[in-house]
Amino acid sequence: MRHLLAVFCCYFAVFSVSVQANEQTISDSQISTAVAPSTSMLIQQLVEVKLSKSLPLLERLEAEGGTELLPLFKTLLEGRLYFIKSTKQVVAADKTGSDYQLFDLFSGETLGMMNKKQIKKIRVNNKLRVFLRGAIARLDLKHPDADKRLAAVKALLTSLDSSTLNTLEAIRNTESDEHVLAMIDLALALDLSRSPIPEKRLAAVTVLGDSLESDSRNRLNVMAESDPDTQVKQAAEVALKKINERIEFYDFVDQLFFGLSLGSVLLLAAIGLAITFGVMGVINMAHGEMIMLGAYTTYVVQLMMPEYIEYSLWVAIPAAFVVSGLFGILIERGVIRHLHGRPLETLLATFGISLILQQLVRTVFSPLNRQVESPLWMSGSLEINPVLSLTFNRLYILAFALLVFGLLLLILRKTSLGLNVRAVSQNRSMAKAMGIRTDWVDAMTFGLGSGIAGIAGVALSQLTNVGPNLGQSYIIDSFMVVVFGGVGNLWGTLVAAFSLGVANKFLEPVTGAVLASILVLVFIILFIQKKPKGLFPQKGRAAE
Amino acid sequence: MKLKTLAAGIALSMGASVMSFNAVAADDTIKVGVLHSLSGTMAISETTLKDTVLMMIEEQNKKGGLLGKKLEPVVVDPASNWPLFAEKTRELITKEGVDVIFGCWTSVSRKSVLPVIEELNGLMFYPVQYEGEESSKNVFYTGAAPNQQAVPAVDYLMNELGVERWVLAGTDYVYPRTTNKILEAYLKSKGVAAEDIMVNYTPFGHSDWQSIVSDVKKFGSAGKKTAVVSTINGDANVPFYKELGNQGVSSEDIPVVAFSVGEEELSGIDTKPLVGHLAAWNYFQSVDNDANEAFIEKWKAYTSEERVTNDPMEATYIGFNMWANAVKQAGTTEVDAVEQAMIGQTTPNLTGGMAMMNKNHHLSKPVLIGEIQDDGQFEVVWETENIVMGDAWSDYLPGSKDLVADWTAPIKCGNYNTKTKECTGS
Repeated sequence: MRHLLAVFCCYFAVFSVSVQANEQTISDSQISTAVAPSTSMLIQQLVEVKLSKSLPLLERLEAEGGTELLPLFKTLLEGRLYFIKSTKQVVAADKTGSDYQLFDLFSGETLGMMNKKQIKKIRVNNKLRVFLRGAIARLDLKHPDADKRLAAVKALLTSLDSSTLNTLEAIRNTESDEHVLAMIDLALALDLSRSPIPEKRLAAVTVLGDSLESDSRNRLNVMAESDPDTQVKQAAEVALKKINERIEFYDFVDQLFFGLSLGSVLLLAAIGLAITFGVMGVINMAHGEMIMLGAYTTYVVQLMMPEYIEYSLWVAIPAAFVVSGLFGILIERGVIRHLHGRPLETLLATFGISLILQQLVRTVFSPLNRQVESPLWMSGSLEINPVLSLTFNRLYILAFALLVFGLLLLILRKTSLGLNVRAVSQNRSMAKAMGIRTDWVDAMTFGLGSGIAGIAGVALSQLTNVGPNLGQSYIIDSFMVVVFGGVGNLWGTLVAAFSLGVANKFLEPVTGAVLASILVLVFIILFIQKKPKGLFPQKGRAAE
Repeated sequence: MKLKTLAAGIALSMGASVMSFNAVAADDTIKVGVLHSLSGTMAISETTLKDTVLMMIEEQNKKGGLLGKKLEPVVVDPASNWPLFAEKTRELITKEGVDVIFGCWTSVSRKSVLPVIEELNGLMFYPVQYEGEESSKNVFYTGAAPNQQAVPAVDYLMNELGVERWVLAGTDYVYPRTTNKILEAYLKSKGVAAEDIMVNYTPFGHSDWQSIVSDVKKFGSAGKKTAVVSTINGDANVPFYKELGNQGVSSEDIPVVAFSVGEEELSGIDTKPLVGHLAAWNYFQSVDNDANEAFIEKWKAYTSEERVTNDPMEATYIGFNMWANAVKQAGTTEVDAVEQAMIGQTTPNLTGGMAMMNKNHHLSKPVLIGEIQDDGQFEVVWETENIVMGDAWSDYLPGSKDLVADWTAPIKCGNYNTKTKECTGS
């Protein structure tokens, strides 16, 4: 009873305030960007109010104001809302360097710079964020951009109340975009499915059955289980079955993509090794550290151009190639050359080098992981439908891996370096007799392989932590891929990387991540027993 | 020749032990052992605690030491090598003759120390949140037991956010497995159905989170509010949160509450994709309190301006102060006397209120839930009204339900079975 009373009181308070606000906005409508004085007073209260008490305040704000409050809600949601300590003025602020650039909340004009001590952040928590999302969606329903309207209707699907439904019905008549229309229809059907009249529910089922949104599926689930009308119940069951079949298909596509994306990471990590190990026959345990150096190069590049993170990767790719390539040539000239034809000693020496490089990085940069930022275009996902979305970073890395593979193939097939490399790898002494400087070719090949490992490091810096141990976590996988694919065969590496990736990702949901990687390893051990030369063994005299 | 070196070595080490014995006999200092890894994988976290202990010792010495004697730190490096923890403990007690040890981080290192410290009747303070199911006469646990971190966090999600579906995700080792077992039993006791709980384990340093996050997303789209309870450890968290962000899972849709992510872990990473996700601890640096402010100021002066404070540091702070009080009260550093004096000790928390040492060698302290902010700090969104008493043996596991730890007379037992009235465990 007391609760009811309280609710009533609140309702009246809000009501009377909103009536006032309407009058206010009408009288102030000439000034388009400024907000009503009462609203700005409420905004001012945000400065003082406690976090736990901000929600009622924001609710009042929404009730009073209109679309002019959109910048306020958005800035607050993004966590960019601050106030100036001396004047209590509420502003938007962005951190630039060590200071903050201030903007006017509504006009977006710049208001100069201030340091951290002069301003204070207006904090938000999850409860407020949920509310702000909803409020923004409600205001965005009338946005001129169709995508914004679509997102707004979608965000409101979970919280449909009668007033929202009325607005939706009202804007349906004027809506021209078909996607937005379909989404509004879905929202209305969700409401219709709760109607007491079976015919109406039946009509709702047909609409719901065409959608892959989880809200409509959940609603159908409920209807298929407990609708009192058998006809509606059956229709819901049929619709649900159809949806589930579609979802199963998209799940398959999803998992295939995950597998390919893991495969592309394996390919990037292994492809450099496929050259040094596969073509030259050098067991290079420091290969992982070449990847690590590439990742740290990305970090250094970002440190040098903090204002241009968006473009940093384009600079980092050639830089990482050069850095890792130079290190590779140095290792080849300094150590591996002297151990030619002694695989065991090479293995131990390169293992030692890998430890030295790790410690070097620890000393220079610190043992802690370094923070490599992702450019904006690398984050987010490509939404194909509600159940299938592909993340951009994985998508780009998949394309990038294939590109690197293609380039490498071109270099080996079409350039004179490639010709020399192939000649030396097939018959060293014959190549020497033909006048090829095998020493030089060895160094270049090793440099090329290491440089490509460096490029892999740039890609990995976007997916995982950049730390001294980065290389170690990929060295085993790299060797696995190269051995499985067949030593000395680039195409084998490609096929091996993708098949291992896909196998791993299809096993994972069944067995869990830990067991999946164990199973893949066991499979490879068994496979190597049967076919010691891998999937695509080299044939002919060159093989020996 | 070889024999000679050997003999020389023995003579030398004898000499050393005699010398250190002399040092003890001279009795002008109280030796405090610091057993934290300063190299290897755990160095990142543990070095901070070594610095904290050294800072506390320095401060205590400025106040005139204890019992009229100065405190003298003895720092050793167990190098993140679990068996070495046991060896170093033996060295600290028998060779150096320390009166107390502050040390360990991982559960496996503590388990390695346990037999040695019990055999030699030493005294250790363990400052990290752990899985419980243990109580030793020679160890005081100043970190959180599961009922002081995991269980209140789940309560918060259930009652405040209305979560009905649960993903328990963890790294594959003893702490997450035990904690998740307790949580699963707890959730079921609250009426959560088995199909509303999803358990997932990943290896250390896991970086390919695509399919797991996609599973979580699917699990969360069943129309019920879903949350992830994460015991994922170390740097695997970064790609995990990144993947959540990339797949469009925001903290409003599916909040993640973590038990191993604190200020120190956040200080090296880009926190933008983490904003709004939660962590449960007994301490946050952002708590507005005079004691806390003074502590942070001292810490920054002792180390450097950009360093942060975290929960295990507060646990070390509380442990050290309690030990100092207990020594004063007992009038000696003798282990048995200090151990009895410890029980019932109270000292102020950094977050306000008092922490109390219980009969089971665990602390009573408040539990806080914080939301991650974009500056790498936490904003407290909820805290327990009263302090929570640490429970050595979980009430939700069938094996330990009837067990209690009580180190006062007449029970004096770490695993006393209340049903059979025997001190043998389960």
